[in-house]
Amino acid sequence: MVTKNVDVNSLKQLARQFRKEVLETINLAGSGHPGGSLSAVEIFISLYYYKMKHDPKRPDWEDRDRLIVSKGHCSPITYVTLANAGYFPKEELKKFRKLDSILQGHVSKKTPGVEFNTGSLGHGLSVANGLALGAKMLKKSTNIYCLLGDGEIQEGSIWEAAMTASHHKIDNVCAIVDYNKVQENGPTNDIKNIEPLLSKWNSFGWHVIEANGHDFHELMGALDAFDSMKDKPTVIIAHTIKGKGVSFMEGQHKWHGKAPKDDQLKEALADLHKKIEA
Amino acid sequence: MSEMVPTRDGFGHELVKLGKENEKIVVLSGDLEDATRAEYFKFEYPERFFNLGIAEQDVVGTAAGLSMQGFTAFACSFAVFMTNRAYDMLRLDVCYNNLDVKVVCSHAGVTVGEDGASAQCLEDLAIMRVLPNMRVVCPADTLEAAKATRQMADVPGPFYMRTSRAPFPVLSKESDPFEFGKAKIIKDGSDVTLIGCGLMVSESLKAAEILKKDGIDARVINMHTIKPLDKDAVNKAALETGAIVTAEEHQMFGGLGSAVAEVVVQNNAVPMEMIAVQDIFGETGKPQQLLERFQLTGNDIAVAAKKAIKRKKK
Repeated sequence: MVTKNVDVNSLKQLARQFRKEVLETINLAGSGHPGGSLSAVEIFISLYYYKMKHDPKRPDWEDRDRLIVSKGHCSPITYVTLANAGYFPKEELKKFRKLDSILQGHVSKKTPGVEFNTGSLGHGLSVANGLALGAKMLKKSTNIYCLLGDGEIQEGSIWEAAMTASHHKIDNVCAIVDYNKVQENGPTNDIKNIEPLLSKWNSFGWHVIEANGHDFHELMGALDAFDSMKDKPTVIIAHTIKGKGVSFMEGQHKWHGKAPKDDQLKEALADLHKKIEA
Repeated sequence: MSEMVPTRDGFGHELVKLGKENEKIVVLSGDLEDATRAEYFKFEYPERFFNLGIAEQDVVGTAAGLSMQGFTAFACSFAVFMTNRAYDMLRLDVCYNNLDVKVVCSHAGVTVGEDGASAQCLEDLAIMRVLPNMRVVCPADTLEAAKATRQMADVPGPFYMRTSRAPFPVLSKESDPFEFGKAKIIKDGSDVTLIGCGLMVSESLKAAEILKKDGIDARVINMHTIKPLDKDAVNKAALETGAIVTAEEHQMFGGLGSAVAEVVVQNNAVPMEMIAVQDIFGETGKPQQLLERFQLTGNDIAVAAKKAIKRKKK
């Protein structure tokens, strides 16, 4: 499955560290979105530490792969990943959501390594298609990744883009649905059922792969399977847990967009630590 | 009598020329390339043309993505579908990301005619104008539309251009200069200034003829660029003629009249009258009938000019 030689244990270690930094970053800012950041940790690491062709020293390198973070509220994990990858000093994380910071509340190009400003949902997939069509016209072999939230795909524009990608055989696009099953006001499928998700994407002409979004082997395997797919766009439905790693946040919609206070941070970090021990 | 040509034609023909000169020009359509004239480009350069179906949000987002690969993307549809339906995409994808996307829309104004209110976009200038980074152009004739098309391809960043379905009189000459943000005084005068965009430029000229019979010497300005607005031309008009009438095929709120008023009240406050659609939706009818129904004719502009002159401080 996994072709590149990576040490999964070190990636797991990185995931623990990223979760800690996500929580600290949001706590310090006093606001932000922990739930959908913690669910996407392994996805970000699989992309930036395994799959994507990128160079933190040359954020504008022409032949880089691109990630469009369509769920633009998961800025904390986006910024923590880019800082750790070397796009900017980690010191900057302390300025998240502060005036004049390069780390805006929602994902923004002010941050080195970010390709596209987002924050309004339902935008990323069309943009990813455009990037991918452009890459094909320029005969570049770059891949375009697009991270979608599960609630986000209630936006009709996602399905406009889904039709475009299959109609135009945009096989250099890989959408990843962070299927954490929870949106701002409750369970996604109670609010507006997005199931049957697999057959939905299938019927829109996509190559669909399901994966455990917290399992590196499965994520990396899915990303590799995207490589070999021709004439069809690929979507990875990554089953995740909202707030993953912090017991009192897991599956709780109340932690979609709320910062942990100091005592809650302490409890969350102890919990993360406990999970490492276990 | 001037030759009559829809401004969408000037756009369509120039786009083909640009396509030949510049292989980085791409064109996207929401299945209205016949009506917007973007199909002229499609016939010549099908590999750089994308009809994304009836999906304006997708058209704008995909155009944004293509521009991120170094292409200059023209996104085309009817004004009402593009600027209203895909507004969030124009705001975030194009303007907030400040990308090289040129939004060119036909079918604006009441002169869309028989299709009626749902197709007659009367809000585009207002809602495009409030977006940071967006530049807004409404050419008065087909030659101007062609020149604007060429210039917007040369200047990086977002543009919105409104073109017409209805034939407009060709007022300018091929050799006339055209510059974004620089108003054209097409008739000088000292008693009042008539500022129009699009079809209302030729209606303003008609008004000037009517006023002349009453001994009123009107200046006529073609304000083809709504944003950035030529403030100097407005200030001069206020100082030198002491009264201003704006005229647009657009709602009375937020468009050309508002843009001019913003300059006037902050600099040299003079009486102003605004010829525009009075906060109501359009109707089915022939273009000329609708211009009369919505009081957008040269005659209406002349009446407004007299009102403005009367309000001048003695």
